[in-house]
Amino acid sequence: MLKNYLLMGGAVFLLVMAAAGQNTQPVKVQQPSVKTSIAAGKLVYTQYCLSCHMTDGGGVQNMNPPLIKTSFINGDKFKLVSVVLNGMSRQEIDGETYNNVMAPFNFLTDKEIADVLTYVRNSFGNKKSAVTVADVKKVRAKK
Amino acid sequence: MKIFYRVGINIAIAFSLITSSVAQTAVKTKTAGLILPAKFKAVVLAENIGRARHIAITPQGGIYVRLSKPVDKKGTLFLQESNGKAVIKNGFGNYGGTGIYLKDGYLYSSSNQEIFRYKLNANNEVIDPDAPEKIVTGLIERGQHETKSLVLDNAGNIYVNIGAYKNSCQQKDRQKGSMGIPGCPILDSAGGIWMFKADKLNQSYSDGERYATGLRNVVGLDWNQQDNQLFVMQHGRDQLHDIFPDLYTVQQSAVNPAECMYALKKGDNAGWPYLYYDYAQHKKILAPEYGGDGKIEADSKYLEPAAAYPAHIAPNGLLFYTGNQFPEKYKDGAFIAFHGSWNRAPEPQAGYFVVFQPFKDGKPSGEWEVFADNFSGSPQKTASGRADHRPCGLAQSADGSLYITDDSKGIIYKITYNK
Repeated sequence: MLKNYLLMGGAVFLLVMAAAGQNTQPVKVQQPSVKTSIAAGKLVYTQYCLSCHMTDGGGVQNMNPPLIKTSFINGDKFKLVSVVLNGMSRQEIDGETYNNVMAPFNFLTDKEIADVLTYVRNSFGNKKSAVTVADVKKVRAKK
Repeated sequence: MKIFYRVGINIAIAFSLITSSVAQTAVKTKTAGLILPAKFKAVVLAENIGRARHIAITPQGGIYVRLSKPVDKKGTLFLQESNGKAVIKNGFGNYGGTGIYLKDGYLYSSSNQEIFRYKLNANNEVIDPDAPEKIVTGLIERGQHETKSLVLDNAGNIYVNIGAYKNSCQQKDRQKGSMGIPGCPILDSAGGIWMFKADKLNQSYSDGERYATGLRNVVGLDWNQQDNQLFVMQHGRDQLHDIFPDLYTVQQSAVNPAECMYALKKGDNAGWPYLYYDYAQHKKILAPEYGGDGKIEADSKYLEPAAAYPAHIAPNGLLFYTGNQFPEKYKDGAFIAFHGSWNRAPEPQAGYFVVFQPFKDGKPSGEWEVFADNFSGSPQKTASGRADHRPCGLAQSADGSLYITDDSKGIIYKITYNK
C-alpha cells in the first residue's frame, strides 16, 4: 500500500517537473543534440577526466594541462580526438610543459568521446564547435 | 547509508586537516599571509623571483635558490639580505632544477640529469659561476618525477633521488586496469636514491651505487646529524580509483596512500611499486597492479616508514632543525614542506602547509602538527587546489631562522621567533 502511494507520488512529481520544464524552456539557443551531447559529456568528464584536469578544467601546474581556452582545446578537433584515443605526455602547450602522463582512453565509445570533447569545448569559458561521432570514427579509423 | 557514512568520515578528515593547526595550538599569529604559532613571525624576503625550489643559506646569511625554469638564462640565484628584504646579487647556471646543497666550501646543484659543484670563496660566494665541475652526468629524466634532489653526508658522499618515470610500473602507465610489470625494470636505474662521490668528476650510473630502492619519487630529503643517517620523504602513488575503480572508491583514493617518511640505510627497499602504505590502517598494502585488493598486506620484508602523513599532499622539502632560535621542542625535529595535493579531486584538496614533526633521540616521536599554514590563501583555495602559494624548499640560517620557498609566485619567506 505504502509502496503504491510512493509510486503515485513519484509519478505526480515527475509530471509536475516535466510541466515546469516545458514552461521555462528558453528560446532555442543551441541544437538540442549539442545540448544533449554536452550533458552526456559532463558525465564522462566527471568519471574519467576530472581527477587530473580538475572540476574547473584548470588542470595542475607542471603536471596536467588546463582545458581553458588553450590552443589545443580551441584548435583542431581531430587532434583532440587523437589525444583522447592515444594519450599524451611531455607536451608543451602555450609555452608551458606538463610532466604527467595521460593514458589512452581508447576504451571509451565513439559517442562518449564525442560527448566529452563537445562538453569540454563548450565549458570552462570555451565556445567551440561540437565534436561528432563521425569525427571520432574518422580519427579512430586512421589508426 | 554506508556510502553516506564513508563520505561523512572523509569530509571530517579533510576538515580536520584544514583546521588541525587551529586545534593543536590555541594561540596563532598571522604574518605575511601565513598562520604561525604564537611569537613566530614571517616576512617576505623576496617575491616573483621565478619558480623557487630548494634553497641553501650560507653561514654569512647569503641565499642560494634553485629555479625549476631559468629566468634570463639563470637557473640559480644568489641573494643577500638587508633591512628585511633579500636582493638578487647575481644568477648563474642556465639549467632548471631543484637540488642545491652547501658543503665544505662547495655549492652542489642539480639539473634534472646532472650534478654540478661550484667552488666557494671564504665568504661562501661562488668563485667562477661559469665553470662548475660536473660531478654526475646521464641520470634518467623522462618527464614524470624528473627532479634530482640532493644532500651530502659527512663522509664525502652525495645522495641523489632518481624518481620513477611511471606512476606504479604498469604495463601501460596510468591506464585503467593495466597490471604491473613483473620485476619492475624501472628500479635498475630509477625509483630510488643513488650515492656518488662528492669530489669525483663525470660520474655516471656505473660509478655510483643504488643506495636505497623502492622509492617512487623523493623531493624532500635531509641528512640527520644525530643519527648520521639519510631521511627522505616519498611522494606516494596516484590514482587508485582511476586505475582500479572496482577496488577503490573516489573517496578511498583521495585519502590513500599515505605520504611516507623513511629513515634509510644502505640496501633498504621501501617496496614501490609492489606496495603502498595505508594511512588509516598503518599497514603496507599489496598494490592492486600486483594482485592486491586493497586489503591484502604486502611482504613484510619491505622497509617500514618512520612516519606517515595524509595522502597526496606532496612533501617537497625536509629540514632537520638544528638551530637554537626556536623553542626547545623544535630542536632536532623535522620541518616538512607539503606542496599540496591534486590527486584528491573531486574530494577537497589538502596540504599547502609546512608541518613540524617532533623527534626524540633521532626518531619521529609524537604527532606532527601544522607549523606554517595558509600558503593557499584561504580554506576555500586549499579545497579547490587553486592555491596562491605552494611551499617547496626549506633551509635554516646560522642564527636558526627558517627559510621557505614558494614555487608558485616565487616568494622566499623567512620565519623568526621572538621570545
